[in-house]
Amino acid sequence: MRVKTNKLLKQNETYIFLIILALSFLIQIRSGQFYTSNNIVDIMSAMIVPGLFAIGEFLVILSGGIDVSFPALASLTAYATTKMFLDMGYEGSVFLPLVVAILIGAVLGAINGFFVGYLNLPAMIVTLGTASVFKGFMQGTLESKQLAVIPTGMKNFGTVALYTATNSQSGLSSRLPIAFLMFVAVIIIAFFILKYTMFGRGIYAIGGNESAAYNAGFRVKWTKFLLYVFAGIVASIAGIIRVCMMQQCHPTNMLGMEMNIIAGVVLGGTAIVGGKGTMTGCILGTLLIVLVENSMILIGVPVVWKNVFVGLLIVIGTIISAYQSEHSGAGKGNHKKKEETA
Amino acid sequence: MAEYLFRAVDIRKYFAGVKALDGVTLEIKPGEIHCLAGENGCGKSTLIKIISGVYQRDSGTIEFEGKELQKITPLSAIENGIQVIYQDFSIFPNLSVMENLAINSQLVAKKKLVNWKDMRKIAEEAVARIGFQVDLDARLGDLSVAEKQMVAICRALMFNAKLIIMDEPTTALTKKEVKALFKVILQLKAQNISILFVSHKLDEVFEISERFTVFRSGKLIASGNTADLDDKKFTYYMTGREFEQKIFEPKKIDENPVLEVKKLCLEGHYSDIDFSIKGGEILGITGLLDSGRTELALSLFGMRPADSGKILIHGEEAELKSPQDAIEKGIGFVPEDRLSEGLFLSQSIGDNIIISEIDNLTKGKLVDKKKTEEEIERWVKELSIATPDANNAASTLSGGNQQRIVLAKWLACEPKLLILNGPTVGVDIGSKHDIHAILQSLAEKGMAVIIISDDLPEILENCSRIMILRDGKMSGEFSAAEATEKLILDKMM
Amino acid sequence: MAEKIKRSMKQDVHIWRLVVIMLIWFVFIGITKGSKFYSVVNFQTMFAQFPEFGLMSLGVMVCMITGGIDLSTVGVANVTSITMALLMRNLGNESGELAVGFIPVIFLLAIMMGAVAGTLNGILVAKCKIPPILATLGMSELLTGIGIVLTNGSAISDFPKTYAFIVNNRVAGIPVQFLIFAVGAAGVWFLMKKTTYGKKIILMGSSQNVAKYSGLKVDWILIKTYLISGICSALGGMIMLANYNSARADYGSNYTLQCIMIVVLGGVSPNGGKGKISGVLLAIFLVRALETGINRFPQISSYYISLVWGAVLLLVMVMNYFTDNHIKLFKKKAAL
Repeated sequence: MRVKTNKLLKQNETYIFLIILALSFLIQIRSGQFYTSNNIVDIMSAMIVPGLFAIGEFLVILSGGIDVSFPALASLTAYATTKMFLDMGYEGSVFLPLVVAILIGAVLGAINGFFVGYLNLPAMIVTLGTASVFKGFMQGTLESKQLAVIPTGMKNFGTVALYTATNSQSGLSSRLPIAFLMFVAVIIIAFFILKYTMFGRGIYAIGGNESAAYNAGFRVKWTKFLLYVFAGIVASIAGIIRVCMMQQCHPTNMLGMEMNIIAGVVLGGTAIVGGKGTMTGCILGTLLIVLVENSMILIGVPVVWKNVFVGLLIVIGTIISAYQSEHSGAGKGNHKKKEETA
Repeated sequence: MAEYLFRAVDIRKYFAGVKALDGVTLEIKPGEIHCLAGENGCGKSTLIKIISGVYQRDSGTIEFEGKELQKITPLSAIENGIQVIYQDFSIFPNLSVMENLAINSQLVAKKKLVNWKDMRKIAEEAVARIGFQVDLDARLGDLSVAEKQMVAICRALMFNAKLIIMDEPTTALTKKEVKALFKVILQLKAQNISILFVSHKLDEVFEISERFTVFRSGKLIASGNTADLDDKKFTYYMTGREFEQKIFEPKKIDENPVLEVKKLCLEGHYSDIDFSIKGGEILGITGLLDSGRTELALSLFGMRPADSGKILIHGEEAELKSPQDAIEKGIGFVPEDRLSEGLFLSQSIGDNIIISEIDNLTKGKLVDKKKTEEEIERWVKELSIATPDANNAASTLSGGNQQRIVLAKWLACEPKLLILNGPTVGVDIGSKHDIHAILQSLAEKGMAVIIISDDLPEILENCSRIMILRDGKMSGEFSAAEATEKLILDKMM
Repeated sequence: MAEKIKRSMKQDVHIWRLVVIMLIWFVFIGITKGSKFYSVVNFQTMFAQFPEFGLMSLGVMVCMITGGIDLSTVGVANVTSITMALLMRNLGNESGELAVGFIPVIFLLAIMMGAVAGTLNGILVAKCKIPPILATLGMSELLTGIGIVLTNGSAISDFPKTYAFIVNNRVAGIPVQFLIFAVGAAGVWFLMKKTTYGKKIILMGSSQNVAKYSGLKVDWILIKTYLISGICSALGGMIMLANYNSARADYGSNYTLQCIMIVVLGGVSPNGGKGKISGVLLAIFLVRALETGINRFPQISSYYISLVWGAVLLLVMVMNYFTDNHIKLFKKKAAL
């Protein structure tokens, strides 16, 4: 038992969880509105898109890379898909648009995967470049404009509620869209991949020691390539879901999300250099960011202060985790040094 | 059964048109411990990478168990029963011991999914084979170097390995750990596994191997039974030169000490260290890997300031809180690991030489190009660094020449005291002799030199006094005249 | 002489490649849109436009050479321009004019603000040991947030016109914005080439650990680097303030990525330890010339520019990949 508690105390996730808990109590005390079914449902639905993005980013960071192109990728896929089905006058279910989006996402992800995996170029710069290309393609070639109407199938998908919470006093109700199930499904799939497939262990292995992974017989290039394809797919799902949930397609309003997503993943304990991190941490970290972004207003902090708090959260959070890793490393300083030498 | 388990005949390999391997041959019998020796850059690493499938040969044949192997990939090599334990062990510090052990077998089996129960079973069997005690759930990065190596060996054994190649396995090990490793190697031999032991340490080659092969500059120089070999011959094969041992005898020792250390302590590493050194002396400090010798050296250079005690330089108390403090007081420091501490590998030789004295090579705070160039030229000549152009990257040089750059960097600062931590680790025999000669002549010119090393012959040859550390405490001090290898070893262990 | 050129060709492939790309573009644009592109006014416009992101790029350059990155440039620029706009609003008289004598003071204050923000970045990176990408990301979020709080999320344009009038002016036909840039660039060039700082950051960029063992004051050099970047960004912000004639927390949000792109294009290694100011200056100008040139084709949507930039960046990376790999092989040969 004691071993278990010790282990818990060492984990980043525990701390993030405690912080979330403390924050929720603070909000509850100040506003009395945190632990209401409405608010919980709102937060859950607000988690869907950032959560999906975070999973993709998490896997990429775990492998020692980084992806700043996913908002552009998701925007391009979502726009292209919505526009295409709109022009076709498509009336069917969300299934087909989703498949098309996944295909486009996979192709775009493969572009990242080719440069990062096969040419071994720095991921940060490659994805910067592809983000720029995706955005230019969407705005230039596709001449993207805001689409106020979306195909009915997609619209239904966004409005059908999995669960509806109604506030008895105000009569306001919050819906948890069915898309939440997809989010859960992706979490489970990603978790399974990481824990129970060689591909997933390969991501950890590459993030830990790339040349060792190669020597051990991992197909490093292929694994990386596949990883970026997977990240592209997850991002494109998020893009489509966002369009469905908003009931309209705004081509550029996802752009710029990358920074907060990366921040969430890192706050959740994922090492920015790769090799270390858990799904739980990734989701918790993202939840923390979503909470700060969405719930500060409940304790009377004006909306304009949002970025200040997110910024402070990132700075303080990273200082603490940097301090932690240095501190835990100090006792094993000798080992660590030897590791570098070897 | 064929006479040879493994034969690589007339292997050639070119990089960008330049010969790395020039028709070398290597033959290993079943169940033998074979030593492959040669100086850095002789091509032995290239050959290993060809055998393990990392590089492809340009010509030549490779036979294993009588069958000719055409194209080798890392996976096919493993399948054939050839395992390489690289210098960095090729392990995953972020994963558990269990996974490190089992992951290869999962890959070889072309598994797509992971069965954790199987993995544990495989890992348990693997450690049981050589009776290695370890917590399978520990993170590998938290283990000691020797333990990591054992993990790597256990892993290699799992595939019915018939040939295990160990690339300089003893570099980061203590004497005790080396002994343990040799025991394991003999155990493997008893199981009829052939070992290719790559090393350039003389004593190890003689101790463990039955047969040897020596390469020089990509060519096969000699091959035969170790029993027919002696120190002199071996050194000659390796370097193509003959050396005379020169035992250091201090010419003139200053009256006042350059450095005095009084009751120096660093929590958890060393305590109550007292010694002093005068100009013209070479003091050797030796001890096991975890004896606190490295930390002591780092404290004297201000990298890990001591907790308590005094450091006096030229009789004046000095606070060494950072390397800058130490440099200001006239202390130079050649670190243990050239590649990650001593050299900017990708930068030019010239910049590497002048970086520590760069603020002196100025004219009114501005860079003085002429002065800088003259300085670089002077040191390249003085330490005879073999390069056509000081603008080339430091990585283009051999280990010995690289170490000369590090030396040049410090000599350029004109230190009164030069501390060297493992001055010839990873340096080939030829350069080792040259570096020793340089150090001796520095001391003769009046510099105080401290050599920290566990290479006892090196200490005995070059030091006028020897201090031994054990578990962070001074356990003995000898003058050069009275010291013997056995005496020192007794105090070390 | 010929030997020297040959050597520079070999060492600075990146730079020569940029020169070639630029020449091709200039010839192409000359043939297709000659008179429209090659006019004094056009060049004057270009030279008034690139200083804002040009200065920020120089900041990103020094950070990247040390092996880091600065993602907070735009945040620093906007916070500076917002604060200075607010300050000038308070200083100006009723008719919206400001005594000219205040302008240098404003610039001095802007530089000080940039220095403070940069120092904070530097402390986070050097002392708190936070990976630069995260430290500057957090700072960028924080600064943008402060900008939003100060402006309530809207633009500030009711500050004295005197400022924009002076900075948008020309001296002997040369835009003042460019003069500010030139001073900034000369400053960075001087630091890089004439003082020991330049060599120190390049060496430190290839290994911080070795730098420490060589007795370099690593922490101080890092702080200095981010401080320089902060000052560059603040100056960039002041030029943005003049060019837009207003200040807002989300102006120039593309510049973060654009600056990184320019710096990589200019031959700075994203892993640190390599880079020349001449290459980055060329890249700054090339990016502007490409954009202005494309704008001369009305049938091409200006949105294509982002596509072209991304494509050029990837292309240069791939070309570097091939040359670098050749160099690697070359090194191996020498080592054996």
